Amino acid sequence: MTPSYDVVLVGGGGAGLRAAIAIAETNPRLTIALVSKVYPMRSHTVSAEGGAAGVIAPDDSIEEHIYDTISGGDWLCDQDAVEAFVREAPQELLRLEHWGCPWSREPDGRVAVRPFGGMKKMRTWFAADKTGFHMLHTLFQTSLKYGSVTRYDEWFVTRLLVDDGRVQGVVAIDLKSGRVEAITAKAVILCTGGCGKVFPFTTNAAIKTGDGMALAYRAGAPLKDMEFVQYHPTGLPLTGILITEAARAEGGYLLNKDGYRYLQDYNLGTPQPHPVFRSMELGPRDRLSQAFVKELEKGRTIETPYGHVVHLDLRHLGEKEINAKIPFVRELCTKYQNLDPVRDLIPVRPVIHYMMGGVHTDMEGATPLPGLYAAGEVACVSINGANRLGSNSLAECLVFGARAGRAAAEYASRAPAVNPRVIAQKTDEHRRLEQELFSRKGRERIATLRDEMQKTMEESAGIYREASSIRTGIEQLQRLQERYADIVIEDHSRTFNTERVAALELSFMLDIAQAMLASALAREESRGAHQRTDCPTRDDQRFLAHALVSRNADGSCRLEYRPVTITRWPPAERVYGEGAPHVRSHHAADRPVSSGARV
Amino acid sequence: MSDHITLQIARYRPEQESEPTFNEYEVPYTKESAVLDGLNYVKDRLDGTLVYRWSCRMGICGSCGMSVNGEPKLTCATFLADYAPGPVRVEPLRNFPIIRDLIVDIGDFMRKLVRVKPWIVREVDKPLSEGEYRQTPEQLDEYKQFSMCINCMLCYSACPIYGLDPKFIGPAAIALAQRYNLDNRDEGAGDRMEVLSEYDGIWGCTFVGECTKVCPKHVDPAGAIQRYKLTAALESMKSFFAPRGA
Repeated sequence: MTPSYDVVLVGGGGAGLRAAIAIAETNPRLTIALVSKVYPMRSHTVSAEGGAAGVIAPDDSIEEHIYDTISGGDWLCDQDAVEAFVREAPQELLRLEHWGCPWSREPDGRVAVRPFGGMKKMRTWFAADKTGFHMLHTLFQTSLKYGSVTRYDEWFVTRLLVDDGRVQGVVAIDLKSGRVEAITAKAVILCTGGCGKVFPFTTNAAIKTGDGMALAYRAGAPLKDMEFVQYHPTGLPLTGILITEAARAEGGYLLNKDGYRYLQDYNLGTPQPHPVFRSMELGPRDRLSQAFVKELEKGRTIETPYGHVVHLDLRHLGEKEINAKIPFVRELCTKYQNLDPVRDLIPVRPVIHYMMGGVHTDMEGATPLPGLYAAGEVACVSINGANRLGSNSLAECLVFGARAGRAAAEYASRAPAVNPRVIAQKTDEHRRLEQELFSRKGRERIATLRDEMQKTMEESAGIYREASSIRTGIEQLQRLQERYADIVIEDHSRTFNTERVAALELSFMLDIAQAMLASALAREESRGAHQRTDCPTRDDQRFLAHALVSRNADGSCRLEYRPVTITRWPPAERVYGEGAPHVRSHHAADRPVSSGARV
Repeated sequence: MSDHITLQIARYRPEQESEPTFNEYEVPYTKESAVLDGLNYVKDRLDGTLVYRWSCRMGICGSCGMSVNGEPKLTCATFLADYAPGPVRVEPLRNFPIIRDLIVDIGDFMRKLVRVKPWIVREVDKPLSEGEYRQTPEQLDEYKQFSMCINCMLCYSACPIYGLDPKFIGPAAIALAQRYNLDNRDEGAGDRMEVLSEYDGIWGCTFVGECTKVCPKHVDPAGAIQRYKLTAALESMKSFFAPRGA
């Protein structure tokens, strides 16, 4: 008997859990399957540190958050989507407060907010520096209330069931037993997060292999703006572990080998003892990561056994402040870098952190494939444009997780029943998995191909790219695809076969890597996180447009562009530092959700 | 130049063998190498059939708990150099059924977690339009420590009571019940008392304190249990005089 639901969710992180609760609350009669390759509380949302953005301070406005986000995204954001996001984010964060999230507080008991990069006001809600951890556990524990959610923990989805152009479920492997099962549904929501593991040096967890992006892409849904990959400026050099932007928001300095706050040389403002909004260390991530490369070229970085670094200096904050505001930073530095930020400089370098691109969706999370939705990092709505601002992504998981959940619930309530013939596709998929993964007597090790793919991506699509290196990367990926046909799988057990999972993940990543490079080659301009040394300026004439990449039947890809939605904020120059514009709120409706003076 | 160390890894393949055996692997390490890095070296280069769970490798997702030289540890936050010259014995967490190799079945905890209602319980939820529930930093501190639990299961692995009696609801579930009981937004302590006061609830704990010693996040489940015992004892005395709900 094939299990059947109204909605199947793939992924149980911030977006997936929020979507599950939204469906349960929209219509308690709808049945929901939450399918995840890890237990939901292991999802990568858990690693997010700094906070989640939502206008709440009395001196802040909806208008300013919109402007910061659009300018931060180098005008590639869809402005209607940004506006909806900014308006709904405070409500969503407040809802999480009502569900028990341990937000850090002001002395009078109100929720506290902190500054963040590229943001003109204090609007980042935080739970010390374990915000993602607390949000995830709050959502997971709250989701346990809802009897309509059936969890499939540690089930790995291998394909979407599509019949007559409509997505009607998934095929998944139950890792514990090795059984391959179809789970049918009237709607499927992908909430699988990003794909940092296509690169060698990343803050992303091992599970971030772009599964949902590849599932959608293979089923015929386009991926959008895949050339925009965010390097976070401050990762620990050995492990890639993230040192949160909150460390700079609380007053940390970035220093080169001469102890000089080098960001002042890159049109990011002049150094002040205390953090200044949209200036210096609180500039946007793309610009800070690019400044690192320029410092490296000038020979002003510090050489270490783990590559070149700059220093993050928190010493002047003092032990008390560090323990109160960023205790996890101290814990991570002590454990993984053998130093104490109270006394020592922290070596940091840019590290792959986030995918601005993803499965193309509208503002309700709907993809062009009927029945298929996506939310969170896997999706591209697009609110992040060419560069995401720190603390927008956790809020995005909530706003668009909820929107996709409501939209999918609505769709599932009126969609026709699943066509029973889709179940036959399970048999095909089962056969494919058996042939590709168990009858293999190849020679190539999975880890070898994965390492080579990661190296290829770093060399061809790093902080700065150019046509020739991207072309080389595309050729190398093609060869890796061919070699993938010759992989060896040593493990023939059905029980918790993680080697088989790793092979499927590698295959997903190779497809996504190809889409990224194809998009990067075609975009002959520099915008946000996509910097082409051979096309160094932004070209609004040709490229104020989203790149949509679709997969052809033979595995090759085709590109098309669609216009960016511009409503009230015409494209302009991005200005940081002293020249940063002050945006006044024009609309009485743009009142923050909470009033009253804040300390 | 890196040194090498021997890992003695417990293997159990239910289709092939009736009980665990050990395989030895030699892996390179530096002073920064975690036990998990050693396992990844084995998996990637020496033996693709070894299975274990891991994800974030920064001590927050809670996946990679294993027994290292007999002690429950997060393998991403436990370093090979501390065991030099070795060998290092890596086994699945104790007190759980083994699924395969280093992977244990945590389904029992997942079912117990639901029973303690780890969510905010209120008679009436105030509308969002009225803003947040006030919670001072002092009120946050009342429960904050217990909210730090990453569900890594090290405490269940260390708990001798759970080892003897799997019906014991266990340290993390009790700590998480207390996390909500002590939250000023919550009104569910009465509901949770019924579960926690069962014989396999808090009374099962004899205050051995092993859970607190092994907790990688300083949650102090033992403290939660002792504190709750006191509350429960007071409540049960009160119930002689006024029935619950009165």
